[in-house]
Amino acid sequence: MAEVTLKAVRKVYAGNVEAVKGVDIDIPDGGFCVLVGPSGCGKSTLLRMVAGLETISSGEIAIGGRVVNQIEPADRDIAMVFQNYALYPHMSVYDNIAYGLRNRGTPKDEIDRRVQEAARILAIEPFLARRPRQLSGGQRQRVAMGRAIVRKPQVFLFDEPLSNLDAKLRVQMRVEIKKLQRALGVTAIYVTHDQVEAMTLSDKLVVMNGGRVEQVGTPTDVYRRPATKFVATFIGSPPMNIVPGVVAGEGSVSVGGHVMAVDDIRAGLPKGAKVDIGLRPEDLVVEPGATDGHPLIEVDFVEELGATQLFHGTLGGAPIVVQCPTDKVPTTVKRLALSIAPTLIHVFDHETGERIGRTFGSVAA
Amino acid sequence: MVEKRHWFFDTLPHVILCMGVFIVAFPVWLAFVGSTWDAATIANGQMPIYPGPHAAENYYRTLFVGAGRTTGQPVWLMMTNSFVMAITIAVGKIAISIISAYAVVYFRFPFRMAAFWLIFITLMLPVEVRIYPTYEIVAQLNMLDTYSGLAIPLIASATATLLFRQFFMTIPDELVEASKIDGAGPFKFFKDTVLPLSITTIAALFVIQFIYGWNQYLWPLLITTKPTMQTIVIGIKTMLVTQDALTEWQLAMTTAVLAMVPPVLVVLVMQKLFVRGLVETEK
Amino acid sequence: MEKRSVFGNRLLPYLLLAPQLAITIVFFYWPASQAVWMSFRIQDAFGIATEFVWFENYTELFKSRAYYEAMWTTVVFSSWVTVLSMGTALLLAVMADKQIRGATAYRTLLIWPYAVAPAIAGVLWLFMFQPSLGMVGRSLRAMGIDWNPLLDGNHAMILVILAATWKQISYNFLFFLAGLQSIPKSLIEAAAIDGARPARRFWTIVFPLLSPTTFFLLVVNVVYVFFDTFGIIDAITKGGPATSTQTLVYKVFSDGRLGGDLGGSAAQSVILMAIVIGLTAIQFRYVERKVTY
Repeated sequence: MAEVTLKAVRKVYAGNVEAVKGVDIDIPDGGFCVLVGPSGCGKSTLLRMVAGLETISSGEIAIGGRVVNQIEPADRDIAMVFQNYALYPHMSVYDNIAYGLRNRGTPKDEIDRRVQEAARILAIEPFLARRPRQLSGGQRQRVAMGRAIVRKPQVFLFDEPLSNLDAKLRVQMRVEIKKLQRALGVTAIYVTHDQVEAMTLSDKLVVMNGGRVEQVGTPTDVYRRPATKFVATFIGSPPMNIVPGVVAGEGSVSVGGHVMAVDDIRAGLPKGAKVDIGLRPEDLVVEPGATDGHPLIEVDFVEELGATQLFHGTLGGAPIVVQCPTDKVPTTVKRLALSIAPTLIHVFDHETGERIGRTFGSVAA
Repeated sequence: MVEKRHWFFDTLPHVILCMGVFIVAFPVWLAFVGSTWDAATIANGQMPIYPGPHAAENYYRTLFVGAGRTTGQPVWLMMTNSFVMAITIAVGKIAISIISAYAVVYFRFPFRMAAFWLIFITLMLPVEVRIYPTYEIVAQLNMLDTYSGLAIPLIASATATLLFRQFFMTIPDELVEASKIDGAGPFKFFKDTVLPLSITTIAALFVIQFIYGWNQYLWPLLITTKPTMQTIVIGIKTMLVTQDALTEWQLAMTTAVLAMVPPVLVVLVMQKLFVRGLVETEK
Repeated sequence: MEKRSVFGNRLLPYLLLAPQLAITIVFFYWPASQAVWMSFRIQDAFGIATEFVWFENYTELFKSRAYYEAMWTTVVFSSWVTVLSMGTALLLAVMADKQIRGATAYRTLLIWPYAVAPAIAGVLWLFMFQPSLGMVGRSLRAMGIDWNPLLDGNHAMILVILAATWKQISYNFLFFLAGLQSIPKSLIEAAAIDGARPARRFWTIVFPLLSPTTFFLLVVNVVYVFFDTFGIIDAITKGGPATSTQTLVYKVFSDGRLGGDLGGSAAQSVILMAIVIGLTAIQFRYVERKVTY
């Protein structure tokens, strides 16, 4: 078991395409780090560099204090679970799990003991003699996990391991992976584009975009205090509304002519400066019956989610979505009056997309 | 599909297909019949459409004695030659192609594409268009009338290399990566993963190349001068004497049947592999 | 398409390529370049010395009536074999593609002539059509047709065409059948719902979708007729009677071996190479681009 350290890691492909533009991450021993971002953001490349499947153009990767830049994947003491499982189709489940140990010259009875143990943990004992193609997606996923855990590696690497599963199984496996990682106490790095997976699994969440790290933090930090407009819209579902606004004064902004108090805004911004206001659909509160003193939205249509309803409309000319508990207001409503706590309004620089506000300190708790 | 059909349209495919089968089978049936009658009956044009009583005698004579008036080589010897040639070509092609395809797909090195093209272009150079210079080279290497002379010039094949390359490209990248993490190098990955996964491709290719080798004509015709090195396909030609009266047709037909049995058997027994190999080598 | 993950060894790939490259260079590139070299030279009467003569071999060739005759023979021969074998094969494949009983049995019964050597195919057909003892040959004569492929050039040509066609049907059949089976059933069903009757469905949906296969087979068949039929011709007619069944490839062989004209034979080889390269190039261009959907 070990900590993983990335220092100024860059990946430049032939033709000067920079896929990873200088990334620093520290993952503590036993930590679960999730790299999340849209496709092409460099998260998989980064993971593959840790695995040793891609060379490192510059910078340094260390596992357990040992710099591994020049070390073969097999000697990095890592195990990897692939998106398509990458099981050897011609080998039995048992042989798939045992293959890595055999290549390392592990004694036969030791291999058997470890394979049986992994099979017991993952509940795949009945399938050990079968071929991968005779298994369901979920079972194959478990075999891939088994291959990783028998090695007793220092680090688990997961490359979108759940994206080939159906929705229900995905939730189930997600929980199992987290439990397993906790029980074994092995450091894990997990790549996904699914923000729900990212939120639920990580204790360290890394949001990437365009080869750069946008934000590193606990899932709650990232959700409550997104560092950039990109992070704000990427994390959270339905995504955060971004509406144009201007600075109305010390501690207040104006959206569509309506002035709102903001708790978390840096002092000294010139009045009238253009900003982007971020409002989470779930933070907006519908005020039935109220009209005065509240921002009003024009409702276009309503989506029913069961427990909640999504009201789609416009505010200050920009599209906006409001999440509201079912039956609080009739779905036939044409206009909705809203309120939002000053602590829950996010303000971003219109040009750079960066958060304007205190970068630390008390956030509504 | 549910479509009302006249009985005529239900029967028509069977009628046409039966005619097709008849056209395909008839010449072979006649050859078989020819191999069961005596010389006189055939020479007089009296051969009936059903087999005669001389099968045992004809097959014995052809296989172990040889057609007396012509070369006199027993056909089992020719069949042995054909077997050696066909198997050497098939195995040789597969062996050198699979490793060269492995090199081209799983390594990056200077002149990789040049090597690939060098192999690829040979698709356009069938032995027929370079027959005499190739003959000269084989002669200079003292390979005339040898098995290696029969087989080696035919075992370099772009088709097999391309087929393996194509197959390797379908092996997911993740398998290589998983192998690397599992501690397998290029040799281990080839032996433990690539080779087992290629078994069907190898078998399919073997079927096609065995037939290709067995049926070679122009090349063995040129480079074998000793009767003992003749292949069966060449041997039958020497039995057809220009003056028709001298041709021992019953022995020629017996030889023809014997020449057809191995490759046809291979096709029928390994039909699935054969179809796969044929369709895929041409892609 | 390239692999994302490769091995890093430097020497190993060259070692793996060595056997194939060695054989390719020794038995392909060296003789092919020799053919080109020889085509610019003439051997003296004793076969001792050769002289560099520029394009004389080629100009001689294009002045000779025999060469044009061989070219014409090749064109006639390949057109007939291609059309006959592809037509028959398409008909049979369409019939076998219908979901009828015993479709696999028919397939088995139709594919095996692929395994018969061209030379053997020639011998079988000669045995059938031999004028004095062949079963069909005698019947034709009995019907009053003066059938004699050993003396009549046209008859010889017909016989060679029939044997070459017979041999090639199974190959074409297999590819047409594979092509037909790869057409999604939903397309046919959509056409049926759009009101197209079976015959119309064939010509408006199936046949156009089959065109990559058809085009591919067209090229393959022409190449087949050019080269692989050597055995058929040599077994049945040896290019005769006179030179009525002498194709370009057969002429390379007979001029070089029987005639001893190595320079002229080499020049013919070079032209054949150019033809094959042209055909292959066309095949790659069109099969890749135009005719695929």
